[in-house]
Amino acid sequence: MKHHLVLKVVTKIMVGFIILFALYVQFHGDYSPGGGFQAGVIFAAGFILYGLVMGLENVQRVLPPWIAHKLMALGVVIYTLVGIYSFFVGFNFLDYGALTPSHPEHGQHYGILLVELGVGITVAGVVISVYYAFASRSIKSQDEEW
Amino acid sequence: MLVVSAIGVLWVKHLFGAAMFSGIFSFLSALLFVMLDAVDVAFTEAAVGAGVSTILVLATIILTKRRAKEWKASENLRPLALVILTGGILIYGSLDMPEFGSSTAPAQTHVGLTYLESTPKQIGIPNVVTAVLASYRGFDTLGETAVVFTAGVGVLVLLGGFIGTRRRKDQG
Repeated sequence: MKHHLVLKVVTKIMVGFIILFALYVQFHGDYSPGGGFQAGVIFAAGFILYGLVMGLENVQRVLPPWIAHKLMALGVVIYTLVGIYSFFVGFNFLDYGALTPSHPEHGQHYGILLVELGVGITVAGVVISVYYAFASRSIKSQDEEW
Repeated sequence: MLVVSAIGVLWVKHLFGAAMFSGIFSFLSALLFVMLDAVDVAFTEAAVGAGVSTILVLATIILTKRRAKEWKASENLRPLALVILTGGILIYGSLDMPEFGSSTAPAQTHVGLTYLESTPKQIGIPNVVTAVLASYRGFDTLGETAVVFTAGVGVLVLLGGFIGTRRRKDQG
């Protein structure tokens, strides 16, 4: 894609906003539509857009595949740790009141935030890794083939 | 328009066009979800259905063929009969459902009501969907996250996504 100047310029402007929007959806999920899952997909979409236009090597310099793979597991680990933590403080598994026992409602806020973060990280990791796996297999295709 | 784009997916021989039609289909169904006030679902449909899965379909097309295989109409009669039968049964089943938006529907009278009442008191956040998803049904969501993780690992193993992606310690 050497000659797609417009695409490249627009992508460079857009990617920042896409990732910012993903973070907004992630951390504002309590108040507006969206949550970890949607945020993860939007976050990944930013990287995929960058990879589509700038080429796989460039996006993998920003986010190497091994990091994407670790992210997949990291999200599940965060989620589970929140649950296990509430065990040790004497609450039920995944009872977020455990995070601030004096004020259970605040605990719910923190718990939902952390858990959604876990979901978002896993989803972003999975979508980016699957994209990498597809893109790194594809034969270099020419625009004229379409 | 949903039906038109669905027929378009089947009609177009060029797979690139079919992928675009399925993207359009996803966007239209996202609009449908917005009209039904299911904003969270619409969000997901627009991001996953229209965005990411279209990209993955295109990536698959690059790896395989650009055009659909030719087929004879007679080969498709049995699947068509099966689809019509299943659709007929589903429509017959939906005749029993309560009217759209009816206040006596089970969805409005049982647990849904409890969640709507207790979320502001117990959780204190305005988005009830998030409260149900992450707190009341936290265990389910943990399972879902694990499923996403497992599915991702499965796809990577099938596609060989792990090959050559480790940090090379010996080669530097």
